[in-house]
Amino acid sequence: MRINRWVLLGIVLFFLAFPVLVPSDYYRHIFIIALMWVLIGSSWNLLAGFTGQVSFGHAIFFGTGAYTAGLCVTKLGISAWWGILLGGPVSTLVGLFIGWVCFRLRGPYFALATIAVGEIFRLVAIDWRSFTEGMEGILIIQTFRSKLPYYYLGVALAALCMFAIHRVVYSKWGYYFVAIREDQDAAESMGISAFRYKSLSLMISSFFTGLAGAFYMNYMAFIDPHVVFNLHDISIMAILVGIIGGVGTIWGPPVGAFIMVFLQETFRSSFFGLFPRWVSESHVLAFGLLVIFVIRYLANGVIGDWPKIRRLWTREKAYS
Amino acid sequence: MAYFQTEHLTKNFGGLIAVNDLSFQVEQGQIFGLIGPNGSGKTTVFNLITGYYPQTSGTMRFKGSTIDGLPTWKVCKLGIGRTFQVVKPLRRMTVLENVMTSAFNRRQSMQAAREKALEVLEFCELSKKLDYPAKGLTIGDRKRLEIARALATEPELILLDETMAGLTPQEQREGVELIRRVRDTGKTIIIVEHIMHVIMNLCDRILCINYGQEIALGTPAEVANNQAVIEAYLGKE
Repeated sequence: MRINRWVLLGIVLFFLAFPVLVPSDYYRHIFIIALMWVLIGSSWNLLAGFTGQVSFGHAIFFGTGAYTAGLCVTKLGISAWWGILLGGPVSTLVGLFIGWVCFRLRGPYFALATIAVGEIFRLVAIDWRSFTEGMEGILIIQTFRSKLPYYYLGVALAALCMFAIHRVVYSKWGYYFVAIREDQDAAESMGISAFRYKSLSLMISSFFTGLAGAFYMNYMAFIDPHVVFNLHDISIMAILVGIIGGVGTIWGPPVGAFIMVFLQETFRSSFFGLFPRWVSESHVLAFGLLVIFVIRYLANGVIGDWPKIRRLWTREKAYS
Repeated sequence: MAYFQTEHLTKNFGGLIAVNDLSFQVEQGQIFGLIGPNGSGKTTVFNLITGYYPQTSGTMRFKGSTIDGLPTWKVCKLGIGRTFQVVKPLRRMTVLENVMTSAFNRRQSMQAAREKALEVLEFCELSKKLDYPAKGLTIGDRKRLEIARALATEPELILLDETMAGLTPQEQREGVELIRRVRDTGKTIIIVEHIMHVIMNLCDRILCINYGQEIALGTPAEVANNQAVIEAYLGKE
C-alpha cells in the first residue's frame, strides 16, 4: 500500500513532537522500545513477507548487533556507540554466512534451520565466557540520563529503515524478492539467481536487525544471552509483529510493532495496576489469542486487511 | 556450427532413461517442433536445456558455446527463455508486475522495465488486463502470460512447452498467430505440442521422440507420414 504524502508528513511530525507533548519518561520508554521493534519487524518482513523466506532466528542478528556494541566496550575499550556503526555490518556478515548455509534449504526446512542456528548462537554466547562474559552479561554505563537522545535516535533509525525498505521494495530487487516468494522455479527461469537475491534480502534484513541490537545495548546498558538471543522474546516476537501488522506490506510491521509493544506493556503492568499481579503472567496467552484472532479474521494483518476493517467501520456508521 | 544443438544428450533418473542419446540441431529463425506421446521425454529435454537438472551425458551448445552445467538463471541471461507446461504465474503479482519482473533481466530501471513490459503485453494482446492479479486469469490468458514473461527477458531462443494445451479452438488459432508473430521478430523457437494441426502448421522441422529416443526427424510432411511415428501414436495394426 502506497501512503499519502500528507499522512506521512503527519506521522513524522507526530513522532518528532511526541516527547514534547507527553513529557513522561514511562511513555517515552515504551515508544523507544516500539521504535526498535519497527526496525526488527520490518527487517523480518523484508525477508519473510516479501522474499518468502520465513526466519525463526532473527534473534541471531539482534544478539550479534547487541554483542558487537557490548564487546566494543569490554574488549576494545571504545564507546558502545561504535556499535551503531559496526553492529549492522557485523550482523550482515553473519547473515551472509547463515544464508550460504541455510539457503540450500527451501520453505519449512529453511525455517527449521534458522531455529537451530539461533539456538547455537545463544548457547555459544552462554558458554564462551572468556569472550562474551557468559550469563553474567555485559553491563555498560548509559551515556545519557535523559530518554530524549535515545528517543530521537530511535526515530531516526526507524525512519532510515523504513526509507531503505521502501526504496528496495519499489525497485528491481523488490520485484525479484516477490518473484522468488511466489515461485522460485519460475523466478530462476526469468533470469533471477534465487540464491543471490535471497542472500541480498537476508543481508539487508540482518543489517537493520543488528542495528536495532546495537541500539538496544546502548539504551538498556545491559545484555545477556537470554535477553538478546531469546527465541520467543525476540525471534517469535519479530514474527508476531509481522503477522499482526501485515506480512508482505511495507507499513504492516511498524503498526504491528506498536500494537505488540503496547499489548506487552499492558499485560506486563497488569493493565497498569488495575488487575492483580498474576495477570502479568498471562501475556503469552494473550499473544496466542491475538494471533488466532488475526489469522482467523484478518489473515493479511491490520494493514493488509485495512480495507476490510474500514468497510466494517463505515457499514456500522451507515446503520446507526 | 548450428545455432543450437545437442549431441548424444542423455538423462537417467535412477533406472529410467528419460532422454536417450538425443542429437538435434536448430537453425536460427526456425520453428523447431518436438513431439512424442505422453511421457516420451519432451519436457525433460527442456529441463535439461534450461539447467533444472544436469544431463547424465552429452553436450548442448548455444551459438557455438556449451551451456552444460549452467544454472537456470544464467541460461536465461544467455538468451534462452522458456514457458512452463504447468503454468507458473506469480500469483499475487499483477499481470504487469509479472512481466516487469522478467523485463528486469536486461533492464535496470523501473521505467525501462515498465516500458518493455507494456510493449510485450501489447504484443501478446494482454494490455487490457495489466492490473489483474495473475491468479485471477483464465487458462488462456495464463498461457499468454507465460509467453509474455518469456519474451520480456528478451531471449533469442524461446522454448514453448505446450502453450496450446487446454485452449479452445479459437484461442488455439490466436496462439498460432502469436507464435508466428514471435518468429517474425527474428526469434528462434523450439515448441513442444500435442495438438497436431498446430505443430504441422507452425514448424519448419519436427523431431519426434518416444521413450527418450529419436524416431523421426524432418519436415512436417515427412514426419506425419513416417511409419514409426504413426505406430508410436496409434499403435501397430
